[in-house]
Amino acid sequence: MTPLTLRMAFWGPIILGLIFLGGRPSGAVFNPESFMLKNGMQVVVIPNRRAPVVFHMVWYKTGAADEPQGKSGIAHLFEHLMFKGTKSVPPGEFSRTIARHGGRDNAFTSQDYTAYFQIVARDKLDLVMRLEADRMQNLVLTDNEVLPERDVVLEERRSRTDNNPASQLWEATRAALFLNHPYKNPVIGWKHEIERLGTRDALEFYRRYYVPNNAILIVAGDVNAKELKPLAEKIYGVIPPGEKILRTRIKEPPQIASRRVELFSGRVGQPSISQTFLAPSYATAEGGSAYALLVLAEIFGGSTTAKLYRSLVVDQEIASSASAWFSPDSLDYGTFVVSASPRPGVLIEKVEMALQAAIIKLLKDGVSEEELKRAVSSMVASSVYARDSLSAAPNIFGQALSTGRTILDVESWPDRIKRVTVDDVNAAARAILRSESSVTAILRRKQKSADE
Amino acid sequence: MQNLFLKFGVNLLKLVFLGWLCLIVTPLQAISIKEMRSPGGIEAWLVQDTSVPVISLNFAFKTGGTAYDPKGKGGLARMVAAMLDEGAGPLKSQEFQKQLQDVAARLRFSASTDKFRGSFRTLRANKDEAFQLLGLAMKQPRFDQKAVARIRGQIISRLQQKTKDPDSIAMAAWYREAFPNHPYGNLGDGTVASIKNLKKKDLNEFMRRHVVRNTLSVAVAGDISPVELGQKLDQVFATLPLDGPGGQIMETSAMAAGRTLVIDRAIPQSVVIFGHSGIKRDHPDWYSASVMSRILGGGGFSSRLMEEIREKRGLAYGVYTYLNPYDHAATYMGSVATANARVAESLKVIRHEWRKMADKGVTAEELAAAKTYINGSFPLRLDSTHRIASLLLAVQVNNLGKDYLTKRAGLINAVTLSDIKRVAREILRPGALSVVIVGQPKGIKSVP
Repeated sequence: MTPLTLRMAFWGPIILGLIFLGGRPSGAVFNPESFMLKNGMQVVVIPNRRAPVVFHMVWYKTGAADEPQGKSGIAHLFEHLMFKGTKSVPPGEFSRTIARHGGRDNAFTSQDYTAYFQIVARDKLDLVMRLEADRMQNLVLTDNEVLPERDVVLEERRSRTDNNPASQLWEATRAALFLNHPYKNPVIGWKHEIERLGTRDALEFYRRYYVPNNAILIVAGDVNAKELKPLAEKIYGVIPPGEKILRTRIKEPPQIASRRVELFSGRVGQPSISQTFLAPSYATAEGGSAYALLVLAEIFGGSTTAKLYRSLVVDQEIASSASAWFSPDSLDYGTFVVSASPRPGVLIEKVEMALQAAIIKLLKDGVSEEELKRAVSSMVASSVYARDSLSAAPNIFGQALSTGRTILDVESWPDRIKRVTVDDVNAAARAILRSESSVTAILRRKQKSADE
Repeated sequence: MQNLFLKFGVNLLKLVFLGWLCLIVTPLQAISIKEMRSPGGIEAWLVQDTSVPVISLNFAFKTGGTAYDPKGKGGLARMVAAMLDEGAGPLKSQEFQKQLQDVAARLRFSASTDKFRGSFRTLRANKDEAFQLLGLAMKQPRFDQKAVARIRGQIISRLQQKTKDPDSIAMAAWYREAFPNHPYGNLGDGTVASIKNLKKKDLNEFMRRHVVRNTLSVAVAGDISPVELGQKLDQVFATLPLDGPGGQIMETSAMAAGRTLVIDRAIPQSVVIFGHSGIKRDHPDWYSASVMSRILGGGGFSSRLMEEIREKRGLAYGVYTYLNPYDHAATYMGSVATANARVAESLKVIRHEWRKMADKGVTAEELAAAKTYINGSFPLRLDSTHRIASLLLAVQVNNLGKDYLTKRAGLINAVTLSDIKRVAREILRPGALSVVIVGQPKGIKSVP
């Protein structure tokens, strides 16, 4: 689950679709075409002739983890500001123009990337490309635009995080998991730092990162590379490149102490426990271990027939939910999470012990051939479903290419999943499920709270 | 993170679904609907599309939504929805779910306010096994005691979560206030007591009452021919009882008392729901109302409320309004979330916009932009077999007719400035807005 923050909540479902594919994003052969513009902007085209519609996206290989220290939230605030206006398009007019032409638009920010997209009829492709290229170069920002938008972001933070104890705990979990790496900061930013962001911070961020050599153009739908190339060259290819951007991120030291965070709140209705393990990402994993971890997550906690659910929910009857997931789609580190909620009337300590026991048993007994086969076939099938939508492919490629992967990586995803063996899964489990590189997080109900 | 997204996801699905109904508006030449009847007499609409080897099937029964939960059995429809994939025929829960996974089928049941629904997807390669499992679930659900106990626990957990979640608290309170003596007044979650009270015989009684052929609508999209589909439909639905007692819901309308209810919760941001009665889907003014709602607060960045609340004043991340048609009533509602200190200002702006729209309607420019958006954006959403099947089903259950897709843009384009003015005056009543605020809004007290 890469943290994503959307410009506007309405798009949840589309992005959610991507998230729920989660660790198993791609797989099928999307058969994309790709080329590079002279200024270093990569272009990917995924033809899909089902309808005369195009999904147009520009991804910047910049996210919250690239922010200057003390400026958490600038990547996301800046994403909002990209809708404000340019020398030729007045503030607010960008989205109004798209809507007036029957299109929809939005944007989102994560730790590693920021993406802007529009879905429009095929004959409006030229228009949205021009608008997007315009704001890559000509954005105009003053306090008049920046300060109210900063208030909007503070409200967004209250909605997403401050009003929701589970989100607050997750924020604390990430902050505890990363001792040194910037993934410790929330994508939306810490409140006290957002409050001090200003126009200058935004403009500096813009000048540095919003350059074609740091961007990827992805278009899916009723268009192919031959048709797109002249347009892309004319509209994006003429933008002068900026300085070369090196993404050198600091590393985690060896982790030697398990951590524990607990949040008591009168606003918790359903207690829960999770353990988050530091893991590699697709980009950093050695050999095929990221794929083995995906299969492990599926077998251990990816469904209602997985080990965890069967043990805690069905057999022991102490939990109402139990699951595990692996998020490998970031540039530096992935996370492997196991999580459960007690059934009404069951103490959380009991669930915690059962969760520990399930992990110990997994490490001792390993997974079986039958479990492996079932998990792999279900994961490979999910890649066929991914082809049954226009939005999945561009999102998957954008995420991959902005987090250190290649088109080939995406296209060969089902093959790599199929290649995973029982030994791979067991070795991956032993390498990752170590409490000294984990955070246990407990969400507790405060009993006699003022607001009950 | 998962929690964060779920929290949004749930609300959003609701909004999107509602927004969606008011946007079924456009001719979709690319989509050719086959109206068909299986050898066993099951009717369905099919869009055959062989571009991806996937089949999506959506279906609904006219009754059996949460509003039909019997007295003292609140939560029944949702419980049935959660139980139907928990074992059927000879297959106990775990075995049934394993087989579903082995064929990579996706099966989900749900209860909306009025209807009971199912949604099913399979790969073409596995369709025989997958449809067989669907058929078992429909005809011979087991409702084993152990599974019932497990699901009951899950539902109670979720309910306990909802009783603390500001959005859920606000929504539940709004409906309780708007429909005090009607099933629409509770949102179908039931209470801990009523859920504990649900027994296997209640689930069976629900099936007998609502899951019957006479009230069934079916929509399919994807890689399957009419002949193949005919066989599958018979396998799944033909042996269901023809008819059942269903249920009766009285016609009603939302109380529009103009009350303000503050529910004190120690949270930094107040969640606000506001609204009054709306307009039903079969009302001749539906299309005018849809266009009006789009302009006032219907999603996107270009609505008046979004402009005034978010863009100009930075008061909130989002503000939305939506028409909410039910079979036996209708509401027009909106939501906003803002810091406790800024609730009063936000409500002032909302009421002002409400009145302005009621008094003056919209400009020619706004109307034209809304029409092109509504007509132009609609087909963009139909990018998967699942979404196409959902649309076909919505057209059926709303009795819009098979030619609806070709008629639709015309209906929207026919809306005039004076239509909107008239409809806005009829629907929008700023003095009648009922407001529920969960939080600690500064300077606002409950007004009974």
